[in-house]
Amino acid sequence: MFLINCPYCGERDQSEFIAGGEAHIERPKQPTELSDDEWAEYLFMRKNIKGIQFERWNHAHGCRKWFNMIRDTSNDEIKLIYKMGEKPPKG
Amino acid sequence: MKNKYSIFSLIKNAFSYHENWQKAWNDPQPKKEYDAVIVGGGGHGLATAYYLAKKHNMKNIAVVEKGWIGGGNTGRNTTIIRSNYLWDASAGLYDHALKIWEGLSQELNYNVMFSQRGVMNLAHNLQDVRDLKRRTHANRLNGIDAVYLSTEEVKNFCPIINTSPDIRYPVLGGTLQRRAGTARHDAVAWGYARGADEMGVDIIQNCEVKGIKRNGDNVEGIETTKGFIKTKKVGVVAAGHSSVIANMAGLRLPLESKPLQALVSEPVKPIIDTVVMSNAVHAYVSQSDKGELVIGAGTDDYVSYSQKGSHQIVEGTLNAILELYPIFSRMRMLRQWGGIVDICPDASPILSKTSVKGLYFNCGWGTGGFKATPGSGDLFAHTIANDEPHKLNAAFNLNRFVSGDLVDEHGAAAVAH
Repeated sequence: MFLINCPYCGERDQSEFIAGGEAHIERPKQPTELSDDEWAEYLFMRKNIKGIQFERWNHAHGCRKWFNMIRDTSNDEIKLIYKMGEKPPKG
Repeated sequence: MKNKYSIFSLIKNAFSYHENWQKAWNDPQPKKEYDAVIVGGGGHGLATAYYLAKKHNMKNIAVVEKGWIGGGNTGRNTTIIRSNYLWDASAGLYDHALKIWEGLSQELNYNVMFSQRGVMNLAHNLQDVRDLKRRTHANRLNGIDAVYLSTEEVKNFCPIINTSPDIRYPVLGGTLQRRAGTARHDAVAWGYARGADEMGVDIIQNCEVKGIKRNGDNVEGIETTKGFIKTKKVGVVAAGHSSVIANMAGLRLPLESKPLQALVSEPVKPIIDTVVMSNAVHAYVSQSDKGELVIGAGTDDYVSYSQKGSHQIVEGTLNAILELYPIFSRMRMLRQWGGIVDICPDASPILSKTSVKGLYFNCGWGTGGFKATPGSGDLFAHTIANDEPHKLNAAFNLNRFVSGDLVDEHGAAAVAH
């Protein structure tokens, strides 16, 4: 259990949010060209990192907006929150 | 040669005040090379080693465990065993395990306290009723015992359930698998460890895997905190940390690791002599031999390796339990903990070869792996020894995520996945 600083509403309890999984997975630009292996990679394969992970979250019981989060999955510590559409910081 | 546990050995050791019992397993240092190494000393990993030695005559093998054996999800689950799964592939897999459970204590000469007290699944709405009836029929076609119970029959089987029609989660019916039940989870790990050790398997604890060495498409060995171990076959049974190990070999898996919580109450006199599960409200409850209520909750929706979960998950589970069992309203909860479960998109496990020759994965058991421990070990040992899956685990290959041939047990398996 932890607090999340929604970029639109401020700090709220994690129970107000839903986790939307790994961030920055790009939808294939030409889906008809994709092989089965590439579809599997896009649909199912996940980094599932122990450590610093990039994720999407949604303030479901608040403003209902999506945003990105960088979180350490080994101790649930939130490193950074940035808005949808913004590029992830390097390094 | 290990001493056999029996009433006579118990009496004999009583004369020496139980101070001279033989060690159940040794604590060896790793050799330079093994024929196969199993990564992960939980129930599934130890069972795999046991069956590799027993059925496939592979004696020069090791189990490496980063902590102590049975200290991960094997010691964190709610010990429920059942095989009432919907799809044919799952029914085959889990009933194979259940059949081994039925003779396991005798086979291992170790009391795993397998108790076929029955598992009841409750229906709380019309869709639940339809799903559970369908599953009951599917189970019976697969030779798995299952009966559908009316509300009155549920009440008769477990009288403390509140079957009043005006509660938030009214009980409209349920299913019962009488062959299902519980077992002592630590004893399963210890029994398999003792059995494997007796056949010459090295069980190496406090030995964390740091890397997997590949030579092209072949496995060459593993880097550990106790040095490099050369081997041509690596079976990974690392539950929540499967993706971490896969990453060391340059592979990706379709898994997400999430916290799953359980809790136990203070011990009380026998009050519930079966296991009652409810997938609609994410709550299940049984009573341990010590008298504690053992309560399982749901998973959190975010990836985490922290072995902690959110408070609201436990709160939601206890809300549902209090309404279903008003008699528990003044019970106090003693302990709560989390385990990290590796969940597949189709909520079915992976017991499979990989694109790397000699590297095998047994993972993705998600929220329900304990019940499968003996069957999982048996089939995974077969897969490693023959470099081919057994027909019972052929459907649980890694390639199903490419072919689309998923074993979609999400919600279909009568469990709070």
